Amino acid sequence: MADVHAELKGVTRVYPAQGRQAEVHALGPVDLTLRQGEFFSVVGPSGCGKSTLMDVLSGLGAPTDGTVTFEGKPVRGDVPDGVGVVFQEDSSFPWLTVWDNVAFGLRRAGVPETEIKEGVAYALSFMGLESFAHAYPAQLSGGMRQRVCIARTLVMRPRLILMDEPFGALDQQTRLLMGDELLRLWRETGATVLFITHALDEAAMLSDRIGVMSSRPGRLIEVVETHWPRERDSRVAASDPFGHITGHLWSLLRTESLKAMGKSPAPESTPEAAKGPAEPRPFKKRPSNRREDAA
Amino acid sequence: MTRIGWIRLGVVVGAVLLLEVLCRTGVIDPQTVIAPSAMAVALFDLLRSGEMNADIASTLTNVAIAFVAAVVGGFAIGVGLHAVPPLRRAADPLLATYYAIPFFVFYPVLIALFGMNDLPIIVIGFLFAVVAMVINTLNGLDRIPPVLLKTARLMHMGPLNTALRVKLPSAAPYLFTGVKLAVAYAFIGVIAAEFILSTSGLGYSIAYAYNNFDNARMYALMLFIIILVTAVNMAFYVWEQNQMQRRRRPS
Repeated sequence: MADVHAELKGVTRVYPAQGRQAEVHALGPVDLTLRQGEFFSVVGPSGCGKSTLMDVLSGLGAPTDGTVTFEGKPVRGDVPDGVGVVFQEDSSFPWLTVWDNVAFGLRRAGVPETEIKEGVAYALSFMGLESFAHAYPAQLSGGMRQRVCIARTLVMRPRLILMDEPFGALDQQTRLLMGDELLRLWRETGATVLFITHALDEAAMLSDRIGVMSSRPGRLIEVVETHWPRERDSRVAASDPFGHITGHLWSLLRTESLKAMGKSPAPESTPEAAKGPAEPRPFKKRPSNRREDAA
Repeated sequence: MTRIGWIRLGVVVGAVLLLEVLCRTGVIDPQTVIAPSAMAVALFDLLRSGEMNADIASTLTNVAIAFVAAVVGGFAIGVGLHAVPPLRRAADPLLATYYAIPFFVFYPVLIALFGMNDLPIIVIGFLFAVVAMVINTLNGLDRIPPVLLKTARLMHMGPLNTALRVKLPSAAPYLFTGVKLAVAYAFIGVIAAEFILSTSGLGYSIAYAYNNFDNARMYALMLFIIILVTAVNMAFYVWEQNQMQRRRRPS
């Protein structure tokens, strides 16, 4: 077994009651070990605490219970050096050029200007942004802006990169291509990647291992190994195992997703039943109190 | 210039020409309105004579003091309210209804408090402008995307660094709006206050000319104020465009 890079042990996160809102048990308990240099994805139904998991692992949020360690040192409420985060939302600074955006973190860290120049030039060329160095984010497409954010993370040479649905706002073609670039980045930097996504195919395509989370409070219900070679790209989506992996992920998640939508799963959809070839069932109309139903 | 720009210019020039023709042909009595060309000539003579210089200087000084105090004070109050949420929630309805109050009713109080000098005028200009700055400061701070603050934490930035390098530039477009409104409101407050409670300044001079049936001077001064305020607003507009253009999506 490869070296442990980051570890969560018995981690839970409970958001305390606020005003009229009752307390929310968002996560856990979760045990998770990230191996040095692996590409680990987390999938789960919406609202299952995926983002909370990332907050806790990055140190942006402290766990209510349990311990988080990164490279053997405990993480609690502060982001350790060597951890980079890419968010779903565009987090580029609109008042800075692409170049200054990417250089921002290095400048805050007091890196000498010559090193900043080198680092930024490398990160921009890696992400294919050289010709946009002097553009402002508003002049770029959503995909290009997300590249700027990735370049800004990359330039800090993180050893653990956490990504919270970074391609969630992009169209499917752009997402596939960004996935390829991400794999290239992962291979060349040797960093460990934790990738949160709601797209099962994206998880199956990119990852070494995929953690499947339950509906809230999110726990890991299974970790799926893909056995892809390290040299891979989005073309694995055309292979047989890809279909099996994606199908298996869905069979695990279907029940949880129904629960997350506030519906109890039908008795046929127990894991045992899901393994066999299920007969297509007519779509049952969901009880709804919406206006158009009454009309 | 764009087509829209030409249309806009055409409307303004057309309105001025129409007024000119109506005045020159006697449709509008010169006792009521004088022709725009006569206003311009009267203004030129008035400015050349130099007799208005002291009044112009007094008004501009009052506006400048009220404006700077409103921008600095409004920004400080906005930051303070934003930092203390319960205070903010308490103040919100007061801020929202603030402009429903006709300030000029306080004119006797201000005279009683500060005496018959420039101070009550400046205070009215300030009161008129400050809340626009407070509201826009709060608006700007509210709209800082949380993800930018998370990014600042990722980069281990302290509170001061975060305020100066992330919060301030992120809120800047709203602060610009506050500044632009503050300058307009400071002008309105000061000139209107001069009408009723002053013995000098442009507002006072207009009121004085009006009371003495001196139409040429009255309209010349009104034209002067319009030109002055337009020029100041244009300057702020150009400044804002220069600062903000790159942050907007090209349309």
